Amino acid sequence: MVRRFGRRKFLLYGSAAFGTTIFLKACASNQSTTSTASPTTSASPVAAASGSSGDAIKVGILHSLSGTMAISEQSVVDAELLAIEEINNAGGVLGKKIEFIKEDGASDWPTFAEKAKKLIDQDKVVSVFGCWTSASRKAVLPVFEEKNHMLWYPVQYEGQECSKSIFYTGAAPNQQIEPSVDWLLQNKGKEFFLVGSDYVFPRTANTIIKAQLQAKGGKTVGEDYLPLGNTEVTAMITKIKAALPKGGVIYNTLNGDSNVAFFKQLKGAGLTPDKYPTMSVSIAEEEVKAIGPEYLKGHYAAWNYFQTVENPTNKKFVEAFKKKYGENRVTNDPMEAAYIAVYLWKQAVEKAKTTDIEAVRKAALGQTFDAPEGKVTLENNHHLAKFVRIGEVGDNGLFKIVYSTEKAVTPVPWNQFVAETKGLGCDWSDPNKGGKYKI
Amino acid sequence: MIAALFDSIFNGLSIGAVLLISALGLAIVFGLMGVINMAHGELMMLGAYTTFVVQNGFNHLGKQWFEIYIFFALPLAFLVAAAVGLILERGVIRYLYGRPLETLLATWGVSLILQQFVRSVNWVLVIGLTLFCLLFFGAIWIVSRRPDIERIRNWVIAIMLPLSLGIAFATGAFLSQTYKLAVTQPWFGAQNVNVTAPSWLQGSLPLFGIQLPYARLFIIGLTILCVAAIYLFLQRSAWGLRIRAVTQNRSMSACLGIPTKKVDALTFAIGSGLAGIAGCAISFLGSVGPNTGQNYVIDTFMVVVVGGVGKLVGSIVAAIAIGTVNYLIGSGILALSLAPIKPLADFFTFFSTTSMAKVMVFALIITFLQVRPGGIFPQKGRTVDA
Repeated sequence: MVRRFGRRKFLLYGSAAFGTTIFLKACASNQSTTSTASPTTSASPVAAASGSSGDAIKVGILHSLSGTMAISEQSVVDAELLAIEEINNAGGVLGKKIEFIKEDGASDWPTFAEKAKKLIDQDKVVSVFGCWTSASRKAVLPVFEEKNHMLWYPVQYEGQECSKSIFYTGAAPNQQIEPSVDWLLQNKGKEFFLVGSDYVFPRTANTIIKAQLQAKGGKTVGEDYLPLGNTEVTAMITKIKAALPKGGVIYNTLNGDSNVAFFKQLKGAGLTPDKYPTMSVSIAEEEVKAIGPEYLKGHYAAWNYFQTVENPTNKKFVEAFKKKYGENRVTNDPMEAAYIAVYLWKQAVEKAKTTDIEAVRKAALGQTFDAPEGKVTLENNHHLAKFVRIGEVGDNGLFKIVYSTEKAVTPVPWNQFVAETKGLGCDWSDPNKGGKYKI
Repeated sequence: MIAALFDSIFNGLSIGAVLLISALGLAIVFGLMGVINMAHGELMMLGAYTTFVVQNGFNHLGKQWFEIYIFFALPLAFLVAAAVGLILERGVIRYLYGRPLETLLATWGVSLILQQFVRSVNWVLVIGLTLFCLLFFGAIWIVSRRPDIERIRNWVIAIMLPLSLGIAFATGAFLSQTYKLAVTQPWFGAQNVNVTAPSWLQGSLPLFGIQLPYARLFIIGLTILCVAAIYLFLQRSAWGLRIRAVTQNRSMSACLGIPTKKVDALTFAIGSGLAGIAGCAISFLGSVGPNTGQNYVIDTFMVVVVGGVGKLVGSIVAAIAIGTVNYLIGSGILALSLAPIKPLADFFTFFSTTSMAKVMVFALIITFLQVRPGGIFPQKGRTVDA
């Protein structure tokens, strides 16, 4: 009796489990069609090309589509897809369409390394566009160097790195942090409080800022770090008030959601931008929209590109982006850098006449591109010569540009204020020099 | 000096209030029922998302409505979280009473499901799920009224399960084919969303030369209100009496005619509803995302364990203590006030960053639990059955 009962139960639960599996599978396949639906509806060539790699060139896109960084990285993916679509509509590269494979790093650094391996080994992509946080870049760096592959990294970062396998299309410190510190010293005050998330970018950036302040007569009155994703900033705000009782400059290198908590509670604590102007290096148009302009109005950000840059190329870029993704979307610096990256890669492939990584890497050096921010050049140290701008957040959530360099600033990856890297340079065009040589 | 002291007390209180309001629901579920609910953070997240939805709704109604949306968001967040908690209790937890390890794993699984649910929820998913539940449980309910239910029950399940799954799936596929993006677009997506506080909650109140943020004052007030309500409910109402009786001795209460199953469901629903209110409160401090709950669940368990399982007053004291210690170490005030004693001051300066303060608080808690494993207010006398 017991046995028969057991068998019947087994059948019952077995069929239930089987049914559920089918149901979940159905849901999963539904999901994947939705996620590819948006690119394929407008860019049917991409879908047509998939499967037959003979007439398509495969590239990888590796960003966090979930987790704490998704708020920022999703828009970079959108910009990369826009560039790919534009190139495909204009005839593709070497007569072939670009096909993209999107992987989710899930704001988890080991996952980034795992997915990078998958893109290179399994999908056999010829180039990868990806990463936002320095922690994720540091996690994938060994993978790309070991496989001698190519990563295009589109975000401003702390420098102190110059890899043969990575092209950095975001700003080096001397193209964002250093000019903004100079500007603050001239216009806003000499006393700085440094806040940041607790990982490699803010800590290195703050080392640079401290060295620079010391060299130029400013003063660091305090610094504090929040773990990524932490939202309790009461203690931090008390420290700021204690260190700067009469007001002063806050230099903010927080990343991800902590920014939301920081600015909400900063306003709540009565630290207003007239006495405590905050300079941020990770807050662009997209983040302003997410945090809410009412919390950020009057604070500053330093970037190479703002949506409000006035020139015909930018106008075209913004229009194309809004047309593809909707009127309420905004463009920002990392998106522009990602957009540039795809085009520079395309130009390099066309110059090399092959997708062979070694040849493309050589051909990429010295490429110029008429970007939305102005004309940029890929230097021999794998970084871009870019323009530097400082913007103030306005009512509408866009930036009013208060400072802009006349010419593109040459990138310096090894920082010249920090003692350990003073006098070092990077030049990949000369095999004798490489990533780290004495000037 | 007075201002600095007052400032410290207020800031310690405000961190403590956030801890307490998020731990209050858990103090009931874990403390009174002994259920380790790993999905507590996700119930908070649901409350926060409810606030987001209400905010968007009121945004359409106009400015003066937007200013008061929070008073509608709070009860709704309570109801949504309580309803989900009720389903969770009826569907999963009631089969696992007295088996803490299985409860822990099951609720952790539920927390993952809830996180993924808010990421991918769309009309197709909702319609499919509703249809399945209606068909399957409706059929079971109809059949259960027949006298020969015991004999045919298994057959009904075996037939109805694939059938209702099939119908639900087919409808979902049909809807996504016909309406495409309109029904397959996720409601929230994986990205975090932002809850904007009404303008009267954004500023701060100057008092004795220090600034008291309204959002913090609101959370402190809300916490006090919740604690008072829970106290009155447990001590003064008939159901509160039953809950306390079941907590103390389940089998004896059952013998005396207390419907223990109903009491369990009610307790769990109230605990979950409080998590929803907490979610509403924390949405004014940071952003709201699928992972929001995970940031809080560790802290809430810490509060309940330090306070002593089963004692509400323990949780209150523990939350305020942890909040104050965290603030004093993290803000460097302790290091500053110990300045005359050089080595001590150096020691605390090292810990005076937000991340290191957390390390120190954890270390202190571990040390404390070595001395008093039962927490600040341990259960006395014969302990409850699990």
